[in-house]
Amino acid sequence: MPTSAPVLEVEDLAVTFSRKGETPTRAVDGVSFSVAPGETIGLVGESGCGKSVTSLAVMGLLPPRGVRVSGSVRLDGQELIGASDRMLRRLRGADMAMVFQDPLSSLNPTLAIGTQVTEVLLEHRDLDRKQASAEAVDLLDRVGIPDPGRRLKEYPHQLSGGMRQRALIAMALACSPRLLIADEPTTALDVTIQAQILELLRELVVGSGTALVMITHDLGVVAGLCDRVHVMYAGKIIESAERHELFARPRHPYTGGLLHSVPRLDAGRGARLTPIRGSARDTIPWSQGCAFAPRCDNAEDDCLGDTVPLEVDPAYGTDRELRCRHPLQPARVGAGTSGAGVARAATGGSGATASGPGR
Amino acid sequence: MLRFIIRRLLQLIPILLGLSVLLFAWLRALPGGPAQAALGERATAEDIARYNELFGLDQPLYVQYLRFLGRAVQLDFGTSNRTGRAVTTEFLERFPGTIELTLFAMVFAIGVGIPLGYLAARRYGGFLDSSSVIGSLLGVSIPVFFLAYLMRLVFAVELGWLPGSGRQEVRIDATRITNFYVLDGLMTREWDAAWSAFVHLILPGIALGTIPLAIIVRITRASVLDVVNEDYVRTANAKGLATATVRRRHIIRNALLPVSTTIGLQTGLLLSGAVLTETVFAFGGVGSALRDAITNRDFPVLQGFILMLAVVYVVVNLLVDISYGLLDPRVRVR
Ligand SMILES: Nc1ncnc2c1ncn2[C@@H]1O[C@H](COP(=O)(O)OP(=O)(O)OP(=O)(O)O)[C@@H](O)[C@H]1O
Ligand code: SF4
Ligand SMILES: [Mg+2]
Repeated sequence: MPTSAPVLEVEDLAVTFSRKGETPTRAVDGVSFSVAPGETIGLVGESGCGKSVTSLAVMGLLPPRGVRVSGSVRLDGQELIGASDRMLRRLRGADMAMVFQDPLSSLNPTLAIGTQVTEVLLEHRDLDRKQASAEAVDLLDRVGIPDPGRRLKEYPHQLSGGMRQRALIAMALACSPRLLIADEPTTALDVTIQAQILELLRELVVGSGTALVMITHDLGVVAGLCDRVHVMYAGKIIESAERHELFARPRHPYTGGLLHSVPRLDAGRGARLTPIRGSARDTIPWSQGCAFAPRCDNAEDDCLGDTVPLEVDPAYGTDRELRCRHPLQPARVGAGTSGAGVARAATGGSGATASGPGR
Repeated sequence: MLRFIIRRLLQLIPILLGLSVLLFAWLRALPGGPAQAALGERATAEDIARYNELFGLDQPLYVQYLRFLGRAVQLDFGTSNRTGRAVTTEFLERFPGTIELTLFAMVFAIGVGIPLGYLAARRYGGFLDSSSVIGSLLGVSIPVFFLAYLMRLVFAVELGWLPGSGRQEVRIDATRITNFYVLDGLMTREWDAAWSAFVHLILPGIALGTIPLAIIVRITRASVLDVVNEDYVRTANAKGLATATVRRRHIIRNALLPVSTTIGLQTGLLLSGAVLTETVFAFGGVGSALRDAITNRDFPVLQGFILMLAVVYVVVNLLVDISYGLLDPRVRVR
């Protein structure tokens, strides 16, 4: 666990969407986490749990109207919530960068790759066009794009999905940011390409001391890359733990459910996957108790009523946090073996996902 | 790109051949045929027979068609029944007027339409947005003829602010070089001639430009609304590019792709002659020439003008496609 001052500190972040004539929806609700230099954290959860909204709030990329953001986001100690558009633009692309899910739609179809890479360099670094092009060739080379000089003149549709994502990673890394947020960077790609992209992120980002926030519903990605994992459900973090701890001894029934729905290498052929029952839509407001209660096997009467708080897990040191009144007991998930099995299965690119059966 | 252009040029051939067959058939199908049309109602049977022999109209149809085609390829469409001058000469006199008028109308429509459409999209749901939506709806639904008439009545006849008929003040004895009156005036340094030709464009140009204007506003607005929600605009913002750069390079550039097609199509339409507007303003372009030809049953003029305008229309569309290919790299490769 790195001990240096965190690059990113998110505290009590809440995002509410409100449109005229609609009831406001609270997409992110009191989320706190921090990332140290060189550390990788995972934000994991089913579709719609608020992962992307969290990352967009950190980057200051939420739409200017119809959104209320509260709490605190600090990048190297500097407060970003309420910061001017000018300041945010100075930081984005330079000190914090983001890679998105769909590489094709995330690239401008009418601009050559080279233009899209050099524009970040020209915006944030004191380079002339020639230096910027040379730097762009260098960047594409570093992200593993062969023949970078030629690729720079090509357009997004001429590149394969994996190459496009590499190009986007090159743009994100162009100014050696302190923080990189990757929002499901491999979801749109083939399994073999997924593994390559993750490897690239590990090499370039983690190796350079950049803090990485990995957003995913793929536990394989978490197992292969993340130091620490925050599991989200319905806009709130419900469990935070160091990766091995989480895989070995999940405490929250939802986390346990996620792990159980992942194929395991050490389980026999006939072993069944048990998906979490119900879907992400079966939820109750946090103000009325635990949002997961309608789908939870451990649920009891005291799970309803008031908000279940996120607390340091009494059974494990100060490093684990948990939002549950009746957590899983380690024995029940088969401590050790099961977690390792999942981790191995997942790193093998099993494409395991945290999605319920409804998807 | 070159292959693309060549392929598109080859595609023109069947289109133009088809059109020539239609025009040829149309002229033959007239009661009494071309001879009657040329000689008038009172021509005797002998006159008509002589005429038919003279112009080879007694030959089999396919021979006649091939001859017609052969002459058409050399831009020889015969002479006007009314003036006795070559159809091509008349066309070259008239067409520059229509081009000037079209340019004025399109510059007006583009210059006003794109900024208006963009602003409407940025103020989505606001006053400017709603008024531009309603305005463009009105713009496409008001008959141009009516609008032209009204504008002439108000600004030319009643207020007398602008000239309401012709291409230039008659008393100006201007030198003609290209038959583009504004251009001629500039080339010969006859400033008053150029100015007069220019102000004569204003009322008919604006009347003619309203429909393209309305369409351009609508398409620009819809297109900008689409593009601002695109992922690549979010990427551009995530890169921390300046607002102006995001706007110019990522939003407007892409939003204008569908607009450019519209501009091309509308230009093609206006170039093929605004019969009604030119008639209201007695503007001497191809539109009023067509109207005259129709009232006078001047079939050689009709035939030649229509075929040449068709060529213009198709060529303009080709230019649109080519420019689209230049703007959008995805089209280029296909
Ligand atoms: N622009 C918006 N307006 C209104 N509600 C929104 C908006 N964007 C997101 N939401 C809501 O916020 C919630 C969280 O969305 P978010 O995109 O963060 O989910 P996610 O965890 O990233 O899911 P996925 O795995 O599908 O990407 C969703 O329920 C969604 O309905
Ligand atoms: S608080 Fe209750 S309902 Fe919620 S996860 Fe824990 S046991 Fe299940
Ligand atoms: Mg998302």
